[in-house]
Amino acid sequence: MRISTFWFCLKQGLVNICRNIWFSLASAAIISACIFLFCVFYSIITNVQYMVVTAESTMGITVFFDESLPEDEIHAIGEEIRKAQGPIIKDMKFTSAEEAWESFKKEYFGENSDLAEGFSDDNPLTGSASYEIYLYDINDQEPVVKYLEGLSGVRKVNYSNSAAAGLSSFNKVLALLFGAIILMLLAVAVFLISNTISVAAGMRKNENKIMRLIGATNFMIRAPFVVEGTILGLLGAAIPLGAMYFGYRQTVTYVVGRFQILSGIIQFLPIEEIYPSMAAISLALGGGLGLVVSFLTIRRHLKV
Amino acid sequence: MIEISKLTKTYEKSSRALKDVSLTIDDGEFVFITGRSGSGKSTLLRILLKEVEPTSGRVVVNDMDLGRMPRRYVPKYRRQLGVVFQDFRLLKDRNVYENVAFAQRVIGVSGRKIRESVPEMLRMVGLSSKYKSFPHQLSGGEQQRVAIARALINRPAILLADEPTGNLDPHNAMEIMGLLEEINRQGTTVVVVTHSSEIVNMMRKRVITIQRGIVVGDEKESGYWYED
Repeated sequence: MRISTFWFCLKQGLVNICRNIWFSLASAAIISACIFLFCVFYSIITNVQYMVVTAESTMGITVFFDESLPEDEIHAIGEEIRKAQGPIIKDMKFTSAEEAWESFKKEYFGENSDLAEGFSDDNPLTGSASYEIYLYDINDQEPVVKYLEGLSGVRKVNYSNSAAAGLSSFNKVLALLFGAIILMLLAVAVFLISNTISVAAGMRKNENKIMRLIGATNFMIRAPFVVEGTILGLLGAAIPLGAMYFGYRQTVTYVVGRFQILSGIIQFLPIEEIYPSMAAISLALGGGLGLVVSFLTIRRHLKV
Repeated sequence: MIEISKLTKTYEKSSRALKDVSLTIDDGEFVFITGRSGSGKSTLLRILLKEVEPTSGRVVVNDMDLGRMPRRYVPKYRRQLGVVFQDFRLLKDRNVYENVAFAQRVIGVSGRKIRESVPEMLRMVGLSSKYKSFPHQLSGGEQQRVAIARALINRPAILLADEPTGNLDPHNAMEIMGLLEEINRQGTTVVVVTHSSEIVNMMRKRVITIQRGIVVGDEKESGYWYED
């Protein structure tokens, strides 16, 4: 394509938008609403996933064994677990009763370790040898726990199924909710863009007819409308992206300040980490929507 | 060269616009196609523009058989034709320069070439001083000159004019016909569809007369003989 053709199509697309400014603004606004919701959804999902990953890396399943069970049998059960669940286990760590007592002493008595001397010959945590198991995916936790509880020699299985698993299902509910809203807004956006392009085509009917008789190709006749649709889509994406760039930090600061008690659980990703991918997807979504809808709409109006 | 043989066009509801029309127009000729309203002369023009397809028959323009032409070649074919209408069909929101340049922009001509050819074409039609004017600021004759400039800017081999003087007073009509004659002298084949007896009688060119879709007369250096 010649550079002059490119500028011609771009200029005509912009002229179309200006001639039909209210319809154009309505289309861009509805795309903005749609993409704003997508950005909010994307931010929440990305952050929740980040929190899940953080939780997954810190939350483990602790397996305790019968108090009378000798250590070599505990190791044998450990091997059995490793064999049976190997592919989904990220890490598995054995803690003997002595190590457990040492760790407890450090944590509980701190600098006053002399207070624990009374227990020197009698480990109060005898029979507390355990395996700490970390999984790749928190969603595998439930079946693994069931499996562990079914093993002979296992006395108790400790795990947390509230936070991480809760975050995972929260993600799913959120995806469904936002998905439904975005789909509805997309349908409205498609209708509005299509309508805007139809009105523009109607206004340029005479011009299109002249173009056709002069010898313009279908591409040249369609291009200004496709440019118009794409610009509306990109404009619709740029507005919420701008709002997100400035609004995200404010929101994070507010939430962290308001819910300080949850600061251990709620950890947000910095905007720099989520913005590039969010911007790329939003611009592709907005521009792509405008391009495809305007292309399909103008095909119907091509015969002049 | 335009070669038409046994051309028939029937519209829906069996109204026949053209029946067994055969004629040849040589390169560089100036031809009037006359006949009363509804005689089929505009249909003939639309077939030449490949706006409508004939029901039967063969049309060959500059060695291109229109019946066998794939759709994707139609834009390139139309670039070999210039077309002028009774209602001028100018773009009201663009000035004279832009209206003429439009014909080149839409076929992808470079900006440099446009800047060279548009002033030259405006000089030829006598509108150099009015290049910034908008259509509503021009007289009917001037608007038709802009339309002619737009039709000729891509140097077509054939100029088709559908009632080019229909909306003009006699003085402007004569000026436009003089311009078309000048264009013809420079080598362009000119086909004018008209039912203006004054114009046809004054010009003394070849006249093809169509009546109810049938060619009833084809004479060199003739006048208007069909009685409305």
